[in-house]
Amino acid sequence: MEFKKIIIAIASGKGGTGKTTVATNLAKTVTGQTVTLMDCDVEEPNAHLFLNPEIREEEPVDIFIPRVDLDRCTHCGKCSELCQFGAIVTIKDKVLVFPELCHSCLGCKRICPVEAIEDDKKAIGTVSMGFSESVRCIYGTLKIGEAMAPPLIQAVKKAGLSKKVSDLSIIDAPPGTSCPVIEAIKNVDFVVLVTEPTPFGLHDLKLAVGMVRILEIPFGIIVNRSTTGDRQVWHYCHKENIPILLEIPDEREIAEGYAIGKLMIDLKPEYKNKFQNLMNKIHQTIASSAKVIA
Amino acid sequence: MKEIVIISGKGGTGKTTITASLAALWKNTIIADCDVDAADLHLLMQPLTKQTNPFYSGKLPNIDMNLCNECKKCIEVCEFNAIRNDFSVSKIDCEGCGTCAFFCPTGAIRLEDRHCGEWYLSETRFGPMVHARLGIAEANSGKLVTLIRKEAKQLAEKKGLDLILIDGSPGIGCPVISSITGASLVVIVTEPTVSGIHDMERVLGLTSHFQISSSVIINKADLNREMSQQIESVCKNCNIEVLGRIPYDRIVTKAMVEGNPVVEVDNGPVTQEIQSISHQIHNRLYSNQ
Ligand code: SF4
Ligand code: SF4
Repeated sequence: MEFKKIIIAIASGKGGTGKTTVATNLAKTVTGQTVTLMDCDVEEPNAHLFLNPEIREEEPVDIFIPRVDLDRCTHCGKCSELCQFGAIVTIKDKVLVFPELCHSCLGCKRICPVEAIEDDKKAIGTVSMGFSESVRCIYGTLKIGEAMAPPLIQAVKKAGLSKKVSDLSIIDAPPGTSCPVIEAIKNVDFVVLVTEPTPFGLHDLKLAVGMVRILEIPFGIIVNRSTTGDRQVWHYCHKENIPILLEIPDEREIAEGYAIGKLMIDLKPEYKNKFQNLMNKIHQTIASSAKVIA
Repeated sequence: MKEIVIISGKGGTGKTTITASLAALWKNTIIADCDVDAADLHLLMQPLTKQTNPFYSGKLPNIDMNLCNECKKCIEVCEFNAIRNDFSVSKIDCEGCGTCAFFCPTGAIRLEDRHCGEWYLSETRFGPMVHARLGIAEANSGKLVTLIRKEAKQLAEKKGLDLILIDGSPGIGCPVISSITGASLVVIVTEPTVSGIHDMERVLGLTSHFQISSSVIINKADLNREMSQQIESVCKNCNIEVLGRIPYDRIVTKAMVEGNPVVEVDNGPVTQEIQSISHQIHNRLYSNQ
């Protein structure tokens, strides 16, 4: 079969449901295509613990913050008036910048009538790039103490998607449903939501479904540890007409392997088929939803 | 007044389960759910909501098309590509920086307060609870966390209670920083896996960065003894106390499915260990006064 290049994201409302497990095993299953895995859970990146990529490049990522040239500044206060985040404050003969509050909107620089605001930089983390066998791995690591993950997530995606785009790009998204997740799954072709059949899993799944629906991205669900908990997730998916793409039972062997950083497909080769099927289902769904839109 | 925050770095390690159990053991604490992005604590606390309040944070531009002359200045100055060619605003992309409004030559753009969610004051069978619901795909989770903590403190004062128990969020970013700054004690729940250890080390980096005293609970400690041992030695090296080692037991999931804190339905090793953890936390909070 001929496939066009696709980007999929693995997400989940609740943390610890198995996003990274799915992302890494899927990346290692696909053959005959180029694959890139981008770990966008920059607060707690884990995919590299399972793929052990040989890192070839590491780049610092920084964002704009203003620096005020006090020789030129007339203390008109326009920048402070504009800034919605209290990140630049004018007092009598001084202008104070609070980097941790700045959202890098460049508004202050644009509004300054005497061009007294110059570019300064704040380091927010790094992007690492390397290979695990044939799989290209890219991951971001947020600097400790740094609050804003989205610009770093953007940098990870840019590194993986701006040039030399692979046939298959897999994004391991952070947990939750707020801004870092949105940044990670924005503009992908398909989202896989990983959940577990518990009240917490279901509650957070509903939030995640709400999120992908707002973004209008086709999606499907993987139920991890499917042999525990209760049946509510299945009822919900049935009612909402959401496809369940794969079920992964709760097996001691898988859990023990996970604990020490082993991939499921290496412990249980029969899972290669399952992940291959998953990939086929994703391709089919993307193809059919493209038809619907066209 | 003491604030104790339960966090985990990695998601799904059992943070909320443990928070709920501590709430059930202590009673008469203020319970605060600061995992606003995926708030689950209410599923075990079954709160009776007494008061619902809107949460506004940040700004959202409203473009009056009667005044707009389609000069596209706003589109040009928006760093976040949040204004589309038809002058509609993409809520998902907008940071609320207001630059568009300041540059609009006809004054067509008004900045309005952004409605980002709801927060609640509730009663539970274990004590009063402050919790929230961040709107899907909304930002400003850190601000909401700060608000919940403030409300929890006020409530504690009003009720004459001394202890606030906070369920934090996973990760090390904005909502986590907001939930731990200035807390009396941070308890990190981890699990004996490579990810668990890696993520715990990052959170420990965070608590030491902000100089907040912290300690660790190893959940599902018997899942992998070597990894548990590794956690113990990391903690020893950083001078961090391990408060307890909770064994893996299916009773935990069973209790969750039934909507109960596990200590309410179990008398086994899990509950005993959580009881001992609860004593140790009390000792830590009240010994060096
Ligand atoms: S770039 Fe934007 S957020 Fe940062 S100081 Fe300037 S106006 Fe404020
Ligand atoms: S408020 Fe800022 S981010 Fe939002 S549309 Fe205006 S310029 Fe863009």
